[in-house]
Amino acid sequence: MSEQTNHLFEFLLRQGDNALVLGHRTSQWCGVGPALEEDIALANTALDLIGQTQLWLGYAAEVEGNNRSANDLAFLRDAYDFRNILMMEVPNEDFGRTLMRQFMFDTYQVPWLTELQNSSNERVAAIAAKSVKEARYHLERSRETVIALGDGTEESNSRMQNALDYLWPYCGEIFGADEVDHAMSEQGVAPVPSTLKGTWRACVERALSEAFLVIPNSEFAHSGGRTGFRHTEHLGHMLATMQTLQRSYPGAEW
Amino acid sequence: MVSIQSITTEQVWNWLEAVPDPEIPVISIVDLGIIRAVDVDKDLIKVTITPTYSGCPAMSVIAMDIETELFKQGVSNLELETKIAPAWTTDWLSEKGKDRLEEYGIAPPQKAGEPQRCPNCKSVKVEKVSQFGSTPCKAQWRCQDCLEPFDYFKCI
Repeated sequence: MSEQTNHLFEFLLRQGDNALVLGHRTSQWCGVGPALEEDIALANTALDLIGQTQLWLGYAAEVEGNNRSANDLAFLRDAYDFRNILMMEVPNEDFGRTLMRQFMFDTYQVPWLTELQNSSNERVAAIAAKSVKEARYHLERSRETVIALGDGTEESNSRMQNALDYLWPYCGEIFGADEVDHAMSEQGVAPVPSTLKGTWRACVERALSEAFLVIPNSEFAHSGGRTGFRHTEHLGHMLATMQTLQRSYPGAEW
Repeated sequence: MVSIQSITTEQVWNWLEAVPDPEIPVISIVDLGIIRAVDVDKDLIKVTITPTYSGCPAMSVIAMDIETELFKQGVSNLELETKIAPAWTTDWLSEKGKDRLEEYGIAPPQKAGEPQRCPNCKSVKVEKVSQFGSTPCKAQWRCQDCLEPFDYFKCI
């Protein structure tokens, strides 16, 4: 693979793996949501994310040119080959943390995918145009729910504050600016994610103040997911479940 | 069996009109706006589909239903192509499709982002129950007059 192709492949894995890992985590709520409506909403959100995964990883596989499919990339790679940010892989914990994570991600995805619609790469632009409609819808719900729970009871407020405290150090990784990011920017494929931090932060602050939640006073950020350098221990456990069928019965088809 | 030479684009569109959406069978896949093109080239018939939602599980059933219907009509050389750009929008739902949805009890999509009225009693006093519903394309609403819950076809 040439360096240029490799950068594009890495970039596509980052998009696809974020959608895949968050989609799988979200799907773990299916059947155990706190209310029927929320269960359905979570399952639908997961479905959108898995759909987006197919588009991103399908294209990644084509770019790689190694005869692999989106399914191969999803089910036959090990943790170190995943390029999702760490926030996607940490366990759901409670409904509050799940929705807080969704909100943090959606608040980024909407401006990010909006920008990607103008990508010099037509395929990237098309996938972004398709996905941004879903992301906008997700944001509407995750934002409303975060505010409702923050501005709810003492119990719901403290759970949301805990969720925010836990997830905050994982947010910084979204805004990377490494070699792959700069290469994508130079080729006009995508902006450098760090340029969207201001927009993201303003939206997050507005919602969290409505939710009576306090942003932790720390800029510390965990990293290692989007480069694959060091995932959390949680990803391996998640993949063990997610990939079990293809690992046990290689090539099994529906 | 029809000889392939005699098949016209219009005929294929008519056949596809008879293929119902698997999840909302009162409207056809043509009314849903997901059939973007039909091309007849000698013995090859090409149908271009744009999925509603990227993860819509009905897509594979829809592809199978199209094949079944067209094979039944005597088509033998069929190619289905999925095209994601431009992205599907509820603007592509036909007027007939929207009327059928309402008759069936599903409030059709509105630009304002919420249902205009209850599909059952037509009251405009409606409230949202959940942003998501039984399929990716719908949300759950409730009528405050007749108290019936109903599906609203999301506007995207």
